[in-house]
Amino acid sequence: MAHFEKANSVYEWLDQRLAVSKLTKVLMTEYWIPKNINFLWAMGVVLMTMFTILLISGIFLLMYYKPDTKLAFDSVNYTIMQEVWFGWLWRHMHGVAASVVFLVIYIHMFTGIYYGSYKRGREMIWISGMLLFVTFSAEAFSGYMLPWGQMSYWAAQVITNLFGGIPFIGDELVIWIRGNFYVADATLTRFFMLHVLLLPLVIMGIIGLHFYSLRIPHVNNQEGEEIDFDAEAEKYKAGRKAESKVIPFWPVFLSKDLFVLGVFMIFYFYLVFYHYNFAMDPINFDPANPMKTPPHIYPEWYFLWSYEVLRGFFFDVGPLSAMDIGLAAFGIANVIFFLMPWLDKSPVVAPAHKRGAFKIWFWVLVVDMIVLTIWGKLPPTGANAWIGFFASVTFLILLLVALPMITKKEAQRAGGAA
Amino acid sequence: MRELKILAVVVFFTLVTYWGVEPFAHSQMHAHHEPATFKYEDLQPLAKQGNPQKGAEVFMNAGCTGCHSVKSQNIPAPMDPVTASASYGVNPPDLSDAGALYDEKFLAAVIKNPAHAMKLEHKFNENRPFPMPNFYGVGGDIEQEVADIVAYLKSIAPKKVEPKEAFVNACGRCHDMKYDNWYVIGEKPKMDTELEKAEFNKKHAEYQANLKKYLGTNPPDLSMYIRSRGHEYIRDFIEDPQKILHGTAMPRVGLTEESTHQVITYMENVGDRKKDKRNSLGPLVILYFVIFALLAYAWKKQMWRDLH
Repeated sequence: MAHFEKANSVYEWLDQRLAVSKLTKVLMTEYWIPKNINFLWAMGVVLMTMFTILLISGIFLLMYYKPDTKLAFDSVNYTIMQEVWFGWLWRHMHGVAASVVFLVIYIHMFTGIYYGSYKRGREMIWISGMLLFVTFSAEAFSGYMLPWGQMSYWAAQVITNLFGGIPFIGDELVIWIRGNFYVADATLTRFFMLHVLLLPLVIMGIIGLHFYSLRIPHVNNQEGEEIDFDAEAEKYKAGRKAESKVIPFWPVFLSKDLFVLGVFMIFYFYLVFYHYNFAMDPINFDPANPMKTPPHIYPEWYFLWSYEVLRGFFFDVGPLSAMDIGLAAFGIANVIFFLMPWLDKSPVVAPAHKRGAFKIWFWVLVVDMIVLTIWGKLPPTGANAWIGFFASVTFLILLLVALPMITKKEAQRAGGAA
Repeated sequence: MRELKILAVVVFFTLVTYWGVEPFAHSQMHAHHEPATFKYEDLQPLAKQGNPQKGAEVFMNAGCTGCHSVKSQNIPAPMDPVTASASYGVNPPDLSDAGALYDEKFLAAVIKNPAHAMKLEHKFNENRPFPMPNFYGVGGDIEQEVADIVAYLKSIAPKKVEPKEAFVNACGRCHDMKYDNWYVIGEKPKMDTELEKAEFNKKHAEYQANLKKYLGTNPPDLSMYIRSRGHEYIRDFIEDPQKILHGTAMPRVGLTEESTHQVITYMENVGDRKKDKRNSLGPLVILYFVIFALLAYAWKKQMWRDLH
């Protein structure tokens, strides 16, 4: 057993037992972040804050929510929204945060793609981030079912039905997921379990992994410059702060993040109080009714691009049915971003505006995904169906063909120059 | 400045996406309709000047009180709601407030030919007559008689109808409003015994069954309609349901613009009960984060001063 001296203060007492000062150094004051960054580097902290808001508001909602098809709608719209003190505020905060968190996730993701922050040792950061994207998606989908409104029910019906397209086991799988032959009470209770227990646990675990994955390769910077973090940290500690290329996580990096966070929170609470319909679809204020299909069924905005890839293939090709092609494309769309570090064949880590063809590729991708998002909500008729089809094909070509080709050329040029 | 340029790009793409999935997509999904004017232009204006005293007589002679109560004039309902619904499909309205709630052109038209005024001719015809018979006069000039009845109804109506009153009269005999304890058979009383509760539920179920036979479906509970449909939709729908939901069993009820506003106010009081609280708390929370952001900016400036 270690030898313990008598402690002179509570801090010292804790330090002896938990190495508090060492821990603070490792996690905060001597955790080094590049100085050459812009506000996009604050998205991680913004996301962490949004997740915290979701967690806390969720705990409050959980105290009154009833996961039962007969009670769910009223427990949300009457008990929580009308009877519970500030229940309406927690619900609005939860609903709006669930939507806005995806806006920030997308900004965070595209920042990573733009600056090439998924390669040269940063692959695990990217992959753990993508895992978070997928688990957040599952969390959002399961949560959307809980108020048991019309869109809760019909989105659940449509999306669980997709699993029926999987060869051989499809039909049984759908029943297994639903716990019934159709979306019913058993479905609601199991999605409730996923939403409030299993998925949050998994998310918290992956957040830990995501943070940890940053330790060795460190955070990227605006120019993709390779930094000798140890040497730069020595300069900073020696007081040559202006010369050093790094800053400590606390307080310097976070001081900037808190400002960005403050501005973001103004925007967020504006939405919570005055502009919430985009996140809390009016149709979902009609109670679920299995006998009455709404004229338009659509997922929340953040799922629209992949939903459109699913719908985009609307005609049969030879022996392949439209449904199967769409489902395959949808499957690819949902995992393809995991492969970014390998689809990009170039070792160059630099912002897109310094990478020639990659820059064009990046902006085409952004525009294509916005087109997919918008057309994912429009009724898929006439010209809309074709726009959706071409945008879906473009998406697949961009990632599966264009990206490897462009970056291979870039790699050859870089190799030639070296 | 580079940061602002990046922000501009982020904001631009966010707004384009928002515009596409919200205003644009919704404009594509929902057929456009003209906003309500409450002019009821398809109906004839009153041809004659009405006389309330004469109207009272005509009202009695024409047999209106055989089905309708006028509680303000101490004329009781001949049947309880459930029995009435068994006879007519729906409980006929009390007419105390009718003169204030409904447009006078509509009142005249509905007296003469209810199915036509309510735009329900696709459901009711000679083979299946509307429960309220057309008025063919009590012997005199029918236009004059109709004008007199309308004048009478207006003379007994209050100046102003409260929001809940407007809803109960115009909507509440077909639609529940359970978040405000209103049911098609009336306000749900405080009940102590299981037996009372069971009896209330039985009456409600009987009424709903009659209503379903009459309309083909049970009209929805409207508790959350202010959130699911919004002001404009409800306003335009009330003015002319057929315009928005062609073939619906819901009648045009002929509310004036003002009483429609009262109905919507009531729906908002029930379905969006916390609106005032939300609007008063919003600025404070936002102000808090404005101050937070300013302080954070000052702190950031100080922290980064030595770094460049």
